[in-house]
Amino acid sequence: MHQLVMANVAQGYLKYTRRKVLVIGLLSILSVFLGVYAINAGSAELTPVQVLQTLLGQVEGQAQVIIWNIRLPRVLAAFTAGAGLSVAGCVMQNILRNPLASPFTLGVSQGAAFGAAVAILALGAGSTHSTGADAVLINNPYLVTCSAFLGAMAATLIILFLARVKGVSPEAMVLAGVALGSLFSAATIILQYFASDVQVAAMVFWTFGDIGRASWRDLELMATVTGAGLLYFMANRWNYNALDSGEETAQGLGVQVEKIRLTGMFIASLITAAVVSFLGIIGFIGLAGPHLMRRVIGGDHRFLIPAAAVTGGFLLLASDTVARTVISPVVLPVGAITSFMGAPLFLYLLSRGYRKR
Amino acid sequence: MILAVDGLEFSYNSHAVLRDIKFAVARGEFLAILGNNGAGKSTLLKCLNKILKPRRGTIMIEKDNIFNLSRLEVARKMGYVAQMYESGRVTVFDAVLLGRKPHIKWDVSPRDLEVVQRVLRVLDLEGFSLRYLDELSGGELQKVIIARALAQEPGVLLLDEPTSNLDLKNQLEVLKTIKGAAREENLAAVVVMHDLNLALRFADKFLLLKNSTVFACGGMEIMTPENLTAVYGVPVTLARMGPIPVIVPFIPGGP
Repeated sequence: MHQLVMANVAQGYLKYTRRKVLVIGLLSILSVFLGVYAINAGSAELTPVQVLQTLLGQVEGQAQVIIWNIRLPRVLAAFTAGAGLSVAGCVMQNILRNPLASPFTLGVSQGAAFGAAVAILALGAGSTHSTGADAVLINNPYLVTCSAFLGAMAATLIILFLARVKGVSPEAMVLAGVALGSLFSAATIILQYFASDVQVAAMVFWTFGDIGRASWRDLELMATVTGAGLLYFMANRWNYNALDSGEETAQGLGVQVEKIRLTGMFIASLITAAVVSFLGIIGFIGLAGPHLMRRVIGGDHRFLIPAAAVTGGFLLLASDTVARTVISPVVLPVGAITSFMGAPLFLYLLSRGYRKR
Repeated sequence: MILAVDGLEFSYNSHAVLRDIKFAVARGEFLAILGNNGAGKSTLLKCLNKILKPRRGTIMIEKDNIFNLSRLEVARKMGYVAQMYESGRVTVFDAVLLGRKPHIKWDVSPRDLEVVQRVLRVLDLEGFSLRYLDELSGGELQKVIIARALAQEPGVLLLDEPTSNLDLKNQLEVLKTIKGAAREENLAAVVVMHDLNLALRFADKFLLLKNSTVFACGGMEIMTPENLTAVYGVPVTLARMGPIPVIVPFIPGGP
């Protein structure tokens, strides 16, 4: 009899965790459908069947050019960037023990944007022209990303320092993030002041956050960084679960808290830098992705990390598709769309009280 | 003796918090660490599993000096229940499974699930296994946290004031759980406590801390009115209600 009850408890639990896997699977399938729809949507009047045939290499000609050179990299870049920002936010919320943390709210994105701007304008790693979707052409993606990473790390180190000083509440940390964000934005503006007219026009366009400028080469670098970061985060999923029970409890469970915190922030900044240096600042995905999934599947990082990745990718892809189609053929900056979605969520989190996650 | 401490010294910014600490506990024993606020009780507990780094001294767990063990190896031998516990949105089963973390290499094994089931059964938490932690009462939550520490399969269980914030019924229940676990799992429980009467009811051994060092350590024989008066700075008498020892403080000029 007892054996039976025992088996049922574990089986019940495994059934419960399988439901989470199911949610992640469903979201992935939805994302694929959305991806096909997004490739299809636009002024070239393609059909979903054509899209699939082209992706499988069965159609040639104009459709192939549009899909392979314009639409597909854009869709993949949106998904990758969304996944990266969302996972970075998820881990930042955990290791800083702050539900309001994300690359955007802590000023890390703005730091990365400043670093990228320095590389593009001052170090000559990119060229700018004020017309066309591709306002900033990045000639040396590695230099831009490295420079963006230095900017992101500058913001991160200040945040980490504040997190170590006892008594910094989550709200105070976000205020510090606002201050850092303004500081970096101001620095970027000063940089623009010394740039030529054409460069300024391009830079302003660039700071909005736009997916359209991603090339296959940019996408490759972004996907590598995001993928490697995701693997690292997954390898530490138990450490993050332990940290959720408090710092001392985590130490008692064998977690080297300081090391996990430093490397986690380092990797999250790197992902942010890779995304921001190619696409500009895209806000609130790092907040919306993880929080939506915490509600749906709970706070177990074994499932939360992949779920946040898929959700973030889905959200940014959906936002970009809306940005592209809502008043077609005008393409809105996707950063504006995500802020429309994310700002209410942020206010909701604040009003609900940050202790309940 | 599963845990033996000798010559332990801890200082914070050159201010000595603990000095010359020496005691030992055996498997199956319940040791209560007692003393005034600020006597260094919690600090001592955190030194025992390396959360804080002592200046000198040895802490032996079975045959190993813990300073030669990694944090993970310590976690396989000692469970720690902190005073503050925070939780994400996870179920009771998830929370107890976390106790297997020091043993898990990459993924949960059938043996991990087995241990969690057994611990849940021992603490009578089976019915709660899929409830979320934020839906539990304070007493239930404390039992879950103890269950998590037991799932580590430790030889020593360290608990920092496990009954603060609990009502009388839950205080008794939680201490009964700890006592029972020490016996059944054959482990040593080292518990920081404030309530002298509860300590007298449940502990086998007592460690009295005063002025950063051990005032006395031993069984019931050290719990004399003289010792307690000296340690707490309040005159007390030891009475008996039938077989139950009761400590009654005397309040100068009071009721």
